[in-house]
Amino acid sequence: MQGGATGCDAAAVAMGAWLSMVGHEEEWPMQLPPVDSRVMAKKARIVARLREVLPADAVIDDPAETRAYECDALSAYRCPPLCAVLPASTAEVAGVLRVCHEEGVPVVPRGAGTSLAGGAMPTADSVILGVAKMSRVLEIDYDNRFVRVETGRTNLSVTGAVEAEGFFYAPDPSSQLACAIAGNIAMNSGGAHCLKYGVTTNNLLGVTLVMMDGTVAEIGGAHMDAGGLDLLSVICGSEGQLGVVTEATLRILPKPEGARPVLIGYDSAEVAGQCVADIIRSGILPVAIEYMDRPCIEATEAFAHAGYPMCEALLIVEVEGSPAEIDAQLARIKTIAQALNPVELREAKNGDEAARIWLGRKSAFGAMGQIADYMCLDGTIPVSQLPFVLRRIGEMSAEYGLKVGNVFHAGDGNMHPLILYDANKTGDLERCEAFGAAILKLCVEVGGCLTGEHGVGIEKRDLMGVQFAAADLEAQMAIKDVFDPAWLLNPAKVFPLEVSATRRAAAGGPAPRTPRGI
Amino acid sequence: MRPQSETELADMIRAAKGPLAVVGGGTRGVALEGEPLSTAALSGVVLYEPAALTLVVRAGTPLRDVEETLARSGQRLAFEPMDHRRLIGTKGEPTMGGVIAANVSGPRRVQVGAARDFLLGARFVDGVGNVIKSGGRVMKNVTGLDVARLMAGAHGTLGVLTEVSLKVLPDVEKAATLVLRGLDPARAVAVMAKALGSPWEVTGAAHDPEAGETCLRIEGFAASVDYRAARIAAHLSAFGAAEIESGGDRWRDIRDGAGLAGRDGDLWRLSVKPSDGPTVVARAGGMVRAARYDWGGGLIWLLTDRGADLRGAIGVFDGHATLMRAEPATYAAFGRFQPETATVAALTRGLRARFDPRGILNKGLMG
Ligand SMILES: Cc1cc2nc3c(=O)[nH]c(=O)nc-3n(C[C@H](O)[C@H](O)[C@H](O)COP(=O)(O)OP(=O)(O)OC[C@H]3O[C@@H](n4cnc5c(N)ncnc54)[C@H](O)[C@@H]3O)c2cc1C
Repeated sequence: MQGGATGCDAAAVAMGAWLSMVGHEEEWPMQLPPVDSRVMAKKARIVARLREVLPADAVIDDPAETRAYECDALSAYRCPPLCAVLPASTAEVAGVLRVCHEEGVPVVPRGAGTSLAGGAMPTADSVILGVAKMSRVLEIDYDNRFVRVETGRTNLSVTGAVEAEGFFYAPDPSSQLACAIAGNIAMNSGGAHCLKYGVTTNNLLGVTLVMMDGTVAEIGGAHMDAGGLDLLSVICGSEGQLGVVTEATLRILPKPEGARPVLIGYDSAEVAGQCVADIIRSGILPVAIEYMDRPCIEATEAFAHAGYPMCEALLIVEVEGSPAEIDAQLARIKTIAQALNPVELREAKNGDEAARIWLGRKSAFGAMGQIADYMCLDGTIPVSQLPFVLRRIGEMSAEYGLKVGNVFHAGDGNMHPLILYDANKTGDLERCEAFGAAILKLCVEVGGCLTGEHGVGIEKRDLMGVQFAAADLEAQMAIKDVFDPAWLLNPAKVFPLEVSATRRAAAGGPAPRTPRGI
Repeated sequence: MRPQSETELADMIRAAKGPLAVVGGGTRGVALEGEPLSTAALSGVVLYEPAALTLVVRAGTPLRDVEETLARSGQRLAFEPMDHRRLIGTKGEPTMGGVIAANVSGPRRVQVGAARDFLLGARFVDGVGNVIKSGGRVMKNVTGLDVARLMAGAHGTLGVLTEVSLKVLPDVEKAATLVLRGLDPARAVAVMAKALGSPWEVTGAAHDPEAGETCLRIEGFAASVDYRAARIAAHLSAFGAAEIESGGDRWRDIRDGAGLAGRDGDLWRLSVKPSDGPTVVARAGGMVRAARYDWGGGLIWLLTDRGADLRGAIGVFDGHATLMRAEPATYAAFGRFQPETATVAALTRGLRARFDPRGILNKGLMG
């Protein structure tokens, strides 16, 4: 490992590989901010002070136990925290933050730890603040169509709390069984059905936000727009950098009468892309348009036996409504699809067949995981660029010598290339990450972005300069300055370290060894 | 001032010696201190991809042009921004930048979302003269803080929008309106809640206490509209018979608050928890001359006696009241926007100090 002691060797080695391919010719001196030795030196005191504001068992400082918090779902990067705390109320969260603020300790908020971007990964000198104990439903209001929950509650169990009355919470990340509303808000998570229902930011009405100094702010509520600046806009998607969200008011929707998918297979990505465009142009707004390419279909078939046709591009289009409304919409979609000569066009006749159509799509990640290790990206592109980008990814796959499968939300251009590699083979991870960075740069070049729903975290942090100019990043950091002037909340994420260096240093953190501008 | 380009705008802001009053179409009737800065020349469609449901326009583009462009491809702005001219009694041509800066949303807000929900990205010039971009032109984007969305509803106090990119939606084949009569506001809000809580996708829910009419809108493919209208009428039968009007013509008037246009008094816009609406209005008591409910009760337009202290009468509630039309003395006494809690006000001040350290953009508008 080069440069300063980050205290997290494995992570640093992996990050070194990640960073070295993004166009910085020289090696970086460090990949995580240097560990604040002042914080490390007073660990005992910090833990003791945290025990004053929390029940003893809510503070975890035994190194064996803190390992449970060393990573999130981006498990290639690991680093145990100084300690972890599990507060059970907003007041306890405020107490923890007040202590950490006074002691100058970085805090990394954590929901369920399913982030794919390393958003919840600790640094060695940080306190992990997990909201898992806070999972109560506080209020359900069907007349006004909202539910208020503590944010440690899982996404699926929000719907679980209201579905008996015929309602649901719309954003549905594939991780919904495990992920928490806390992380959903912090990452502004999306799901398969967001083409129609939007992502988290479109379904969030209010939050209780505890700021780094322990101040509790109530923002938004059960009303439908902001009375002044729309602070929810920036809180949602802030990756734990503005405050700790402890409670949320979420919009719930009445469940549609029914939904049914149709499966369409084509011999080329171009034609499949054309089909997506034609459907959207026709005035139909499906709830979901999912796409899988051949490598993905092959893997999925071997794993889940969903009975998919072997073809270059497979679409699953789902519409909602009453049986007659569904028939009418699917009839239009089938006419559009037929005109483009599909190799297969299969409509679900019943719930069983619908489940089979979705089975392969839902098993896709698991299936790819069976054949190799994989890295999942989520750059978004304008849908018109789909065929071009898929072709380029195919070419790059040959260049890098790594297979890639594509499975994604085609309706909104949110790609999910899965790059396959072998973690036990030297150099494979590095090549995979270089390939990943090249794909994300391509997404930006064609008018898209680095991440459509997973967030920047630590994973895409050093690619931010590809999408944003210095002034753009400066504007974002200015917002963090206002909410968290001491730069203690999740400070090692989102902004390239050299870009945030001055701020982190000025706020009392350890000085960077070689500060530079962008 | 009338900058011809974003660069020129940035130069002008950098060189400004005093307050600047940012003007889009000037249709919201906001009179502000400072030199007028018009975005009118920053106009035109930058990119329109109907198959991607994406539109990028310069901020000064007239709303009318945007709507015409979309209509030619069978699409629309789903959040149906209101036109303030009738209600406020202003002239001018609403611009897209103004719509986004004020997060102007119409009746469909209750189902599809507000203007801010359709914003995919923006370019703007802050109070120092920095050109900043945020978001982009794709449907899903969580790369960095969502500064663009913060600009929606900032009323130009954090920066001057130069370009906005929007998600657009297909226009609908057919609309129908269910009209129920003779309900008092409390029952009207209850019936709207029941309709909005049904699976039949109500895209507008409004109540006019003077006419005694409660209206529900259904939109979509023809057969589907007929089916849903019938289902909703049956679903609500306990509240009385619903008359089904074909078409959605009356929604333009509802959107624009036409029923209160040209009438004497101060005009307030209240955003509330929908079921609270009738009690909030009742708390205002005798000062209320007329009211209109939209968004299932969540949006209330109130005409009150001139100079009356509406916020004082209502007290604390889940929501806020914005003064939309009054005499200067009334604005001076109460302020346009609802005062915020100390914590939120401090954040607002902090953001303004960062984006506009000299405090020159729309000075005094948002506190
Ligand atoms: C198999 C799999 C499938 C997935 N599918 C999807 C998908 O379809 N769509 C999608 O969008 N994502 C998906 N994800 C990513 C992930 O599930 C989401 O980002 C999710 O929202 C993270 O929630 P979490 O509670 O696990 O958050 P964590 O991983 O714990 O944290 C995520 C971020 O939120 C911050 N944070 C956590 N709690 C708080 C809080 N209380 N206050 C402030 N900040 C906080 C953390 O600091 C971190 O930056 C998937 C992940 C996996 C593993």
